[in-house]
Amino acid sequence: MKQRYLPLTATILIFILSYALCVAQYPNMLSTRVIGNLLTDNAFLGIAAVGMTFVILSGGIDLSIGAVIAFTGVFLAVVLEHGGMHPLTAFALVLTITTLFGALMGAIIHYLEMPAFIVTLAGMFLARGMAFVLSIDSIPIKHPFYATLKGLYYKLPGGGRITLIGGLMLLVFAVGILIAHRTRFGTNVYALGGGAPTAKLMGVPVAGTTIRIYAFSGLLAGLSGIVFSLYTSAGYSLAAVGVELDAITAVVIGGTLLTGGSGFVAGTLVGIFIQGLIQTYITFDGTLSSWWTKILIGLLLFAFILLQKGIIHLSRPDRQHA
Amino acid sequence: MTSIGRTYLMRLLPQLIALATVLIGISIVFPGFLNLEIQNDRLYGSLIDILNRGAPVVLLAIGMTVVIATKGIDLSVGAVMAICGAVSASLITSGHSLAETLLITLSVGVFCGIWNGILVAVLDIQPIIATLVLMVAGRGIAQLITEGAILTFNDPGLIFIGSGSFAGLPMPVVTWLIFGIIVALLVRQTALGMLIEAIGVNRQASTLSGVFTPVLLIAAYVLSGLCAAIAGVIAAADIRGADANNAGLWLELDAILAVVVGGTSLLGGRFSIAASVLGAIIIQSINTGILLSGFPPEFNLIIKAAIIVFILVLQSPRFRSAFTFVNIPRAAGKPTEREAK
Repeated sequence: MKQRYLPLTATILIFILSYALCVAQYPNMLSTRVIGNLLTDNAFLGIAAVGMTFVILSGGIDLSIGAVIAFTGVFLAVVLEHGGMHPLTAFALVLTITTLFGALMGAIIHYLEMPAFIVTLAGMFLARGMAFVLSIDSIPIKHPFYATLKGLYYKLPGGGRITLIGGLMLLVFAVGILIAHRTRFGTNVYALGGGAPTAKLMGVPVAGTTIRIYAFSGLLAGLSGIVFSLYTSAGYSLAAVGVELDAITAVVIGGTLLTGGSGFVAGTLVGIFIQGLIQTYITFDGTLSSWWTKILIGLLLFAFILLQKGIIHLSRPDRQHA
Repeated sequence: MTSIGRTYLMRLLPQLIALATVLIGISIVFPGFLNLEIQNDRLYGSLIDILNRGAPVVLLAIGMTVVIATKGIDLSVGAVMAICGAVSASLITSGHSLAETLLITLSVGVFCGIWNGILVAVLDIQPIIATLVLMVAGRGIAQLITEGAILTFNDPGLIFIGSGSFAGLPMPVVTWLIFGIIVALLVRQTALGMLIEAIGVNRQASTLSGVFTPVLLIAAYVLSGLCAAIAGVIAAADIRGADANNAGLWLELDAILAVVVGGTSLLGGRFSIAASVLGAIIIQSINTGILLSGFPPEFNLIIKAAIIVFILVLQSPRFRSAFTFVNIPRAAGKPTEREAK
């Protein structure tokens, strides 16, 4: 039982430690402004990463989310700027599309017994391709409703702001945690990650669960796309390239086991914070190049994989692994 | 020759038919498409162009095939291409000879392969995640080497690798032909190919039956790293510069696609280098065809996605069992959705 919490505890400790180190060097990093920006800047990544957590907990992978975010942004820009639709209608429409898109991938993965990797890769090409077909240019979104939404924030003491999208990310994480640990669906996801044949024997509806997992990931990728379009006020088909990798990285750093079946949605949030912290530190430092972000995150990813391996190894001393 | 040659041909038949269909389709729309001409002792034409443009993906697909045959996957090849392109450009501009440059660059590729191989074979990490580490960090490392700029060079020797010609063929084509033949002979004229397939089918069983699994697994990733290094040098030599941001970007996905189009299952086991090379050429032909047709290039990705889905559906065990009458009694005995509810 204790070992289950070990990766999560390690993640939280690393976050607190590195944040303390950052503050020791730049005391300003403790301000609510920085914390507010940390939430706002990583909101779209965080929301998408919640969906990715469920997919990985079930033992799958979703490579399409970056492309779905780009598609959502371009779709919104086109219908708002050229179609004259109200943003709320457009939001509902695009979320329906991305949810169905995810459900379709889930159905193909289950019924045609194909690896999730290649199905979602095809989904990535398809979504990115649809974004290109809609428009290859970056379209600015100038709808007044967007300005209203961007103006909504909760002011923290010290000048920091929790913006609408930053708050939305926290809400999505809260809902994700509830779904993972307090619903039948969540239990089924964990069971599926433990092994599909076993889950089937236990009476888990494998088909329905698989389809719902990818539909959920599609829904959150769509929501992330909406947040991204609010964040950038534009739709661009080349946007959000590689977000799926950042999301997978956050999930791994958050302590979720990549073979599925074990992990926490809350860990992913800390994983997002650690990635954001590295970026913020590099901005504060000013002399380090931004490509250090990638190298540091790569190293961190490696360290966490080793940590997980070590924990698994220690927890099964009787089993010789090949 | 006879029976082995025939089974070999039968294996490649679907890919050859697919390639012929694509090429005939394009040449119906563009009558001059299949024309070849010789200028300055070199062959020119759209067909040669396809072979030349496809060189990086063909090379990556060769290494990827062997990795996938061991039930692995190598996501880092694009990043390794960027690293090796950056290494070769920075070495040649800092005054090293061509031979030194190539030797060090290829060693860097081999080193990247050893890194991935150790993670997979010794630390027993899932291949997707093991190679993800280098995929995330690799592009940063490449940018560190080029210091964020596009490093240009004008060494005639290095440029020759990208745009020179030998025996009437462009150098990249000559390179992948020779490299592909060496790898294919290496795995098929020895027991190596069979051992690799054994690992892909069941790693534990092959270890127990005496196959030295870790060494072979590492060797597979080393081959993939080496292929990526050669592809990286070709890509850099082609544009006469190393671009850490865009060199080999998303080519890992094209390479995986080429292997899948070539009929090698992502679940490991049987593989064919020749089929993967054909797969890469089919993809390049489709790209060139779409480009020539004046069809908006925006549709490129959608058509690619449609092709993957189509080929995967044909390959899926469900689909096959539904169309093979012999399998029906066996399929009925398997647990179905009825039990899964």
